[in-house]
Amino acid sequence: MNKGMFNKKVLGALVLAALLSACKSTPMTDKPAGVQDKSPAGASTQSSANGSADTSGVKEVVIDSNANNGNNPLKDPNNILSKRNIYFDFDSDAVKAEFRPLVEAHAKYLLANSNAKVVLQGNTDERGTREYNVSLGQRRAVAVKKSLNLLGVQDKQIETVSLGEEKATANCADEACNQQNRRVDVVYEND
Amino acid sequence: MRWHLLQIAVKFHELFKTLLTIRYMKKMPSLFQTVLFVCTVAVSAMMTSVSHAALEIEISGGNAQQLPIAIVPFNQDAVKNQENIANIISADLRRSGMFRVLETAGVASKPSAMSQVKYSDWASLQAQAIAVGKIEALPGNRLKVSFQLGDVLKQTQLADMDYNITPSQLRMTAHKIADVIYQKLTGESAIFASRIAYINKSKGRYALQVADADGVNPQTVVSSNEPIISPAWSPDGTKIAYVSFEKKKPIIFVQSLMTGQRITLASFKGNNSAPAWSPDGSKLAIVLTHAANSQLYLINADGSGLRQLTKSNAIDTEPVWSPDAKWVYFSSDRGGSPQIYKVSSIGGDAQRVTFDGPYNLSPRFSPDGKSLAMIRNDGGRYRVALQNLATGQVQILSEGNQDESPSFAPNGRVLLYATRTAGRGALAAVSADGRVKQRLSESGGDIREPAWGPLLN
Repeated sequence: MNKGMFNKKVLGALVLAALLSACKSTPMTDKPAGVQDKSPAGASTQSSANGSADTSGVKEVVIDSNANNGNNPLKDPNNILSKRNIYFDFDSDAVKAEFRPLVEAHAKYLLANSNAKVVLQGNTDERGTREYNVSLGQRRAVAVKKSLNLLGVQDKQIETVSLGEEKATANCADEACNQQNRRVDVVYEND
Repeated sequence: MRWHLLQIAVKFHELFKTLLTIRYMKKMPSLFQTVLFVCTVAVSAMMTSVSHAALEIEISGGNAQQLPIAIVPFNQDAVKNQENIANIISADLRRSGMFRVLETAGVASKPSAMSQVKYSDWASLQAQAIAVGKIEALPGNRLKVSFQLGDVLKQTQLADMDYNITPSQLRMTAHKIADVIYQKLTGESAIFASRIAYINKSKGRYALQVADADGVNPQTVVSSNEPIISPAWSPDGTKIAYVSFEKKKPIIFVQSLMTGQRITLASFKGNNSAPAWSPDGSKLAIVLTHAANSQLYLINADGSGLRQLTKSNAIDTEPVWSPDAKWVYFSSDRGGSPQIYKVSSIGGDAQRVTFDGPYNLSPRFSPDGKSLAMIRNDGGRYRVALQNLATGQVQILSEGNQDESPSFAPNGRVLLYATRTAGRGALAAVSADGRVKQRLSESGGDIREPAWGPLLN
């Protein structure tokens, strides 16, 4: 029955396309075909972003893009896996609830790809001594690692490191700038 | 998936950092600073010898009683195109804050040996001491530097030295002569014939550089497009350990200055940082994380024999050895806010060392082991503080807002540290009694992480 519905939809689309092109006096261009080419791609992107657990169709898209197109889900801007920054409050190394979907997505990816390895890079703002900030950044990286551990990811897939204040935006004048520096970046081995 | 379990205890030191920094942003310039500025201008105007130096030096303050000394330009016809080494000696002595180096241009006689000195000429200049010398060419492209020091009031000779050197050793020989004068007339041990290491960030690259203690002759030891921090001299001055981020994480290297050869000292999973040589140079205290928080370890200087020194759930970092090698001092937040602790270098329980102030980091021992320099968060301002270990008394020595990396001169009389002006890093120095202050800056450079090396033989 799905097949029948699909045929009806395609037929409708073709009829609509024919009607539209007939209305215009300009010569046929690639445009209608372009629209049709885009829609499946758009649909699959959407399902991979939203339906994290539903359909096997999502996985197929991911695998296809890895194997054939080089479309790495880790780099796809529409995929949550491309989100790599976890920000921290100024008085805390707690992983905030707003970053839960991001951490869960990376945990899921790491569980599905047991060869994948991730480096969690902790960062701090500029205040304090350089070596102490290396240790503070490390504590944030460890907090994210523990989040991944609780979701089932093994330590062998994770390395926690710290860049301390070395990659901080220099000479922050306000708190908003400092907050950008208090961060863990999720970096995959082959990024 | 019990997410709430992931919420980890609030850490107070960053709260301190934020609140206190904001509170003390508006700081009035004090009268003391204004006076220092006047002194700085006056002394800078007198200085003629550092115009070609990579690091420009400004001096301010000074001891109340400065010894007036005449350094007669050396007779150095043998090396005519070289700066007269009397200028290098004079600059060293001025920088100590303990000498008033007199202008000798008005004196008609130009002695180059004590036998030629007419004491009355120098007494009328009000000099209490006089230094004279000459440089002669020797066969085989070598030089002979002769120098004598005289007491003008007693009309006696205090020192008589000859140095047989290569031309490239001329500048360091001048520093050695300055050390002889300084030792004879102040009773302190030598300081000038030494080198400093620091990180110079320029155009997106990081260079670990070594320069003479007066900032001249900077040479790059290693450079990278990724950060380099925490340079540490081996006790014999032949090697430097440092932390490089070239592999996108902190890794410790040890590099020979003469050959450029380097070994990877520690590249374990996680971070490898904060190297500190043991006094005998046989091993280093380092900080590793593996998959958890920073902890102290010991490792042999060839990278073998790793063993763990502290075990805590807190941050333990910034190790430094006591000069007698019995203790490793370090910073830790095991008690809440970061404070300084010590642990026996053969292991055991840690004991707290600092109780005064909410935030103390970066412990550094004076060479005599009697005092401990540190970075104290003094009302939101990170400053160099010096604690007398016998009395517990603490003196704040620096005046910046983000001062870091204190490092003692070989004789313990001066501390070098990193400061910040106009958003850029610069080096500064302060005498251990807080009286004499210096700034070393390089135009266009962003300089940090200074480490004062040992005396050169």
